[in-house]
Amino acid sequence: MNQNQNKLKASVALLRIFIGWHFLFEGVVKMYNPEWTSFGYLATAQGPFEGFFTMLIGDSTIGLVDTLNIIALMVVGVTFTLGIFERIGAIVGVGLLALYFLAHPPFPGLMQMNVEGNYWLVNKNLIELVAIIVIYQLPTGAYFGLDYLRKNKIKTQEQ
Amino acid sequence: MKWTRRDLLIGLGGLPVLGAVWWAGAATAVGSRNKRSEILEQLNIKPSLPPAVPGIGGDPVRIGVIGFGIRGEQLTRALGFATDEWKEEMRLAAEEDPNNKRLEDFEAQERLNVKLVGICDVFDVRAEKFINSFSSDDNKIKRYLTYKDMIQSGEVDAVVIATPDHWHAPMSIEALNNNVHVYVEKPMTHTVSETYTLRDAAEKSDAVFAVGHQHRQTLSFSTARDIVEKGTLGHVSLIQTNTNRNDDNGAWNYDIHEKASPETIDWEQFLGSAPKVAFNKNHFFRWRKWWSYGSGLSGDLLSHDYDRLNCVLNMGIPASVSSSGGIYTHNDGRNVPDVIQVNMEFPDFSTGSSQIKGKEKGMTFCYSATLGNGFSRPTILMGHDATMELGNRLTVWPDGASTRYADMLEAEKMRPDVPIYQYDPAANATDAVSSATSQYFADKGLMWTYIDGVRVDSTFLHMREWLSVIKNGGNVSCGIKEGFDEAISAHMAGLSWKLGRKIEWDAASQTLRPIEGIDFDQILLANENWNAQPEMVG
Repeated sequence: MNQNQNKLKASVALLRIFIGWHFLFEGVVKMYNPEWTSFGYLATAQGPFEGFFTMLIGDSTIGLVDTLNIIALMVVGVTFTLGIFERIGAIVGVGLLALYFLAHPPFPGLMQMNVEGNYWLVNKNLIELVAIIVIYQLPTGAYFGLDYLRKNKIKTQEQ
Repeated sequence: MKWTRRDLLIGLGGLPVLGAVWWAGAATAVGSRNKRSEILEQLNIKPSLPPAVPGIGGDPVRIGVIGFGIRGEQLTRALGFATDEWKEEMRLAAEEDPNNKRLEDFEAQERLNVKLVGICDVFDVRAEKFINSFSSDDNKIKRYLTYKDMIQSGEVDAVVIATPDHWHAPMSIEALNNNVHVYVEKPMTHTVSETYTLRDAAEKSDAVFAVGHQHRQTLSFSTARDIVEKGTLGHVSLIQTNTNRNDDNGAWNYDIHEKASPETIDWEQFLGSAPKVAFNKNHFFRWRKWWSYGSGLSGDLLSHDYDRLNCVLNMGIPASVSSSGGIYTHNDGRNVPDVIQVNMEFPDFSTGSSQIKGKEKGMTFCYSATLGNGFSRPTILMGHDATMELGNRLTVWPDGASTRYADMLEAEKMRPDVPIYQYDPAANATDAVSSATSQYFADKGLMWTYIDGVRVDSTFLHMREWLSVIKNGGNVSCGIKEGFDEAISAHMAGLSWKLGRKIEWDAASQTLRPIEGIDFDQILLANENWNAQPEMVG
């Protein structure tokens, strides 16, 4: 039983680090590219929430939207790779992926833009979102990550 | 509290991952940015800024409009006056599609210091529409029954001419002789001889003469000029421009007004110098389909493409032109071709060369058009060093065998399939284009330009420039010289199609090289198959 638990923790920790890796890389690339903007992605939004997304592209809002997106990507990336406050990271990550999913949902009848495969209702954004829910349910920072030191520190102080 | 090495490995194991990803991300972003700025620095292309136009001060310019059809209405809107019918139509269109900003754009348009004082249109309905829409208690608009009455009235400072082509020159000449300023639609003339007469009149007159090639205001074209002048493309040996339309409107089968009749239309005046035929609604509303009134693809649409390139390259009149084509898609009684290929030769022209001196010289301008297919083919300038796609957006790709970029290509800093320069002033704007024909014009940069990401009607800018020159002096960007080049080139294309042979230009004498036994104007106006086809009103 204990061995199985360890295997599960190791697998989820690996999943967590890879998702963190993915988010962090996206965040860093955007942060170091001052010309990057989510304008095109939002302007071409489709589906039931099209109106909401196109509302975000005004002159006064787009800068804020871009900055928040980078911050959110980095929060998920840093908490997941380092293994600390990962539940906060998971909530941010689920929110972000839900927005990405809804901006370009793989619903029948909508045009799929810039995608490298075929999807119906479920796409990779949604799968990654569910994977993050798993990470929320099974935090592994104390198994492998900064949380291990934090928890250990508390433990040693208690002793 | 003491941490063992094992504790640290478990606790800080994620840190190297974080560091590596961060480094890789930063290196990717900064690396591609550096590579790009190195290319851009080498190219040194300056995106153009809108030209500063001195204000139109003093008393408002008193304007008379001659011809209030489709284009006449558009020109009047550019002057700041839209009919109630149009406003209502646009309001409904905006309700249906929130991206349709045409009414909003119109209302945001800067007010020009003009006053509409007169209208001359041979169709009562149009003249009345003009008066009903724009006449007010403080400004009673007068209807003139002939253009001469309007021009000679002493009550108009300037006229806007948007009539069938065969009326362009006679009206412009009359106005210029009376020192009334002229804004005339393209092509500025209908025959070769008129082109010279009009040039003389414009040169002698104190009035300002402008031809309606509004795309000269499009900023991407001035940026394109900078790109070519800096030798970015190397020697351009071939230019490919196209017309692809596949709808009724694009084939000039415009709506026929229900109230059109011999009672509401002054048919004799419409005909003018054209062959006398009985009243014919098809001819009146769809005049672009006959040589008697229009100039077909060569005068109507090639003229735009030619002038777009003449504005970028300033290549002038071609040494020779050969055309071919036919009536292949709309055999509906028209006698102008609906498919045409025009090759214009410029044997002495060069945009500069990166290779040994004397190796490269000369260029062909190829115009390819069909009114039976709407697949969008872009305008392409093909140089030894790079290829440029020209429209409202500009894209430049290096050529794999370029001399100028050989080192960069070798070092893989450039790749033939990756653009080295892109200019997209509309990147931050969402557009809704209403019809296939407007999309056609918009893609070519003929409808509007973008200033600071805001869409501006290029016709408005073109008219503002004309009005400013009227008040402050200076030069219009499409005046008699540019109009002369455009008209002669278009007529050469039409003549070549009609005669099935090459038409040559003698630059020294500034005349078409004569062909024995041929009267060019007679050929240009000739209407074979006149009324041979049953009238098809669809």
